Amino acid sequence: MTDTIKVPTMAEMFAAGEKPEVLFWVGCAGSFDDRAKRITKAFVKILNKAKISFAVLGTEESCTGDPAKRAGNEFLFQMQAVTNIEVLNAYEIQKIVTACPHCFNTIKNEYPGLGGSYEVVHHTQFLKELLKEGRIAMEGGTFKGKRITFHDPCYLGRANGVYEAPRELIRKLDAELVEMKSCKQRGLCCGAGGAQMFKEPEKGNKDVNIERTEQALETTPDIIAAGCPFCNTMMTDGVKHKEREADIKVMDIAELIAAAEDL
Amino acid sequence: MQYLPNILFVVVLLIGTGYFAKNVGKLRRNILLGKDTDVSDDRPTRWRNMLRIAFGQSKMVVRPVAGLLHVIVYVGFVIINIEVLEIVIDGIFGTHRVFSGLGPVYDFLIASFEILAFLVIISVVAFWVRRNIIKLQRFLKPEMKGWPKKDGNLILYIELVLMFLFLTMNAADFRLQQLGAEHYLQAGSFPVSQYISNWFIGMDIPSLIFLERTAWWLHIVGILFFLNYLYFSKHLHILLAFPNTFYGKLGPKGKFNNLEAVTREVKLMMNPNVDPFAAPDDAGDVPSKFGASDVMDLSWVQLLNAYTCTECGRCTSECPANQTGKKLSPRKIMMDTRDRLEEVGKILDANKGEFKEDGKQLLDDYITREELWACTSCNACVEACPVSIDPLSIIMDMRQYLVMEQSAAPSDLNNMMGNIENNGAPWPFNQMDRLNWSKES
Ligand code: SF4
Ligand code: SF4
Repeated sequence: MTDTIKVPTMAEMFAAGEKPEVLFWVGCAGSFDDRAKRITKAFVKILNKAKISFAVLGTEESCTGDPAKRAGNEFLFQMQAVTNIEVLNAYEIQKIVTACPHCFNTIKNEYPGLGGSYEVVHHTQFLKELLKEGRIAMEGGTFKGKRITFHDPCYLGRANGVYEAPRELIRKLDAELVEMKSCKQRGLCCGAGGAQMFKEPEKGNKDVNIERTEQALETTPDIIAAGCPFCNTMMTDGVKHKEREADIKVMDIAELIAAAEDL
Repeated sequence: MQYLPNILFVVVLLIGTGYFAKNVGKLRRNILLGKDTDVSDDRPTRWRNMLRIAFGQSKMVVRPVAGLLHVIVYVGFVIINIEVLEIVIDGIFGTHRVFSGLGPVYDFLIASFEILAFLVIISVVAFWVRRNIIKLQRFLKPEMKGWPKKDGNLILYIELVLMFLFLTMNAADFRLQQLGAEHYLQAGSFPVSQYISNWFIGMDIPSLIFLERTAWWLHIVGILFFLNYLYFSKHLHILLAFPNTFYGKLGPKGKFNNLEAVTREVKLMMNPNVDPFAAPDDAGDVPSKFGASDVMDLSWVQLLNAYTCTECGRCTSECPANQTGKKLSPRKIMMDTRDRLEEVGKILDANKGEFKEDGKQLLDDYITREELWACTSCNACVEACPVSIDPLSIIMDMRQYLVMEQSAAPSDLNNMMGNIENNGAPWPFNQMDRLNWSKES
């Protein structure tokens, strides 16, 4: 595993008079959460290897406002949105890729009404594009015979209709894709959305992530794949709760690909 | 004297449709208590949605068993309206089987009505069994006690009785045709009721006529009763599903509205050229309240949603919060909204159209905060609803009220929002550390 990664910032590129092909929107989880940072790095390694011209905003990036909006604080959301849009527009950003479906949904759907229109893609869509254009190659084989089940993030799947990109990538890994009883349109939430990540759940029989983990375990998977840092945390906690962390891994699609390519 | 039945029929018809029209007026008034919302965009997609979802029942078949049974009852209902039209004309003019001039087409029509009626009976029995014997999970939730449960069964009983009356009427008619009774011309083909008519063999013509007339009258009176029952029942969806799917949300499900009033304020605050203290007080534009605490704060589409809800519980059975035993049930959100709206309507009725505070509101008196905060905004309920209802939008509007008007978010969420405000992240990390990950190994 190589540890040196190149992460150009927008400010540097702008100063050098360069324009990246795509802006990588890292997101709060991807920047600060220890588990999610590994996803961020895995994705950057793939970008580096494929020599994709990209940049991050770094310290100029701020929360998209998604959790504020979904908690009901429209005012805070719009303050965040307008601030971010000013930065993005100042850099004349056109295309944005992000590994967080919440950032993806907010920037793609809610920013245009506030003056920020960009082409926004989820990292699984972006990787699929790169693969199709032959800009990254995947050997496959590493995961041969492994059972992988994919947990649909609500804000990628139901909210935006992206179901196939992550699945196509998993199939490319030569792995066996096994579906849970609730998948795609009927996928079950991990329990983190709508700002639930930041509060204690309401009283019930069990937590949503446990229910979802049980559905995942029914497929007797080797790996539970996710495409969202929050889903990743929830499922990881679920697997721990079931004391299965020794034999079942929860991995982001970017991490799967980075592992397959031995990055 | 000869015209007595005709006159009587016209009177019954006028009472039946008049009362219905009056209630439709009330329905309209109540729905329009909601705030205006712009739904004039993308008409072609809206028409397509209505055709596909309401007319084509595309969402029903997601659950194949219920879907198939429902399609039968639905087609039966739509087609049988042609028969009702004939009954109405016959009733007014004293004719008998006025469409019989259509010849073979008429035979075909009557035959298909009969087969459909038969299938409807089977489906209705299956529905009853699912509700009362198999006791499907989603019909047993707390919000389904009392009237909603009774309502569900009553509809089935009424449909059953109507279908039996229809077949009895035809069976007696068929016997009368065979006996060559005057006025009962030979028309129609009766693949189902001919078997029923075997029971009437041996009855004389006057008794048969009495039987036929009784079934005919009860059938049409029953239909008028059913029509008027709709307003009081979840069965209103057979009418409202059409406008509701037309006005249903377009675009990605994850896209939530941006409140315009807030946008104006934010732009004002962010613009360094504007002196905030000199800002003109355009209070006219600023809403008196953010979010929703009562039904009048919702949009009319959300109120239409509430009247359209069929209480099928598909939303609730997909809801992750509900599946894990939390109090939230999106169906209950819709039922509560309708109940409160009806209550507000009654206050209007009692006060000559003026609303008098009754010390109650949708929030707390109907929908609790615990329910609202349990939602993960996952859109499973929206996806599941067969008639394009959006329970999530009501939940979000009510959260907005709690947070922006009452500052009543759970404390953890207040911390999260404080962090975003101060550090640009929901966690207490410094914005200047955002890129640290790139240097850590
Ligand atoms: S959006 Fe909320 S109410 Fe609807 S299914 Fe998801 S958690 Fe339940
Ligand atoms: S909101 Fe839709 S899915 Fe839920 S009970 Fe009503 S009709 Fe059924």
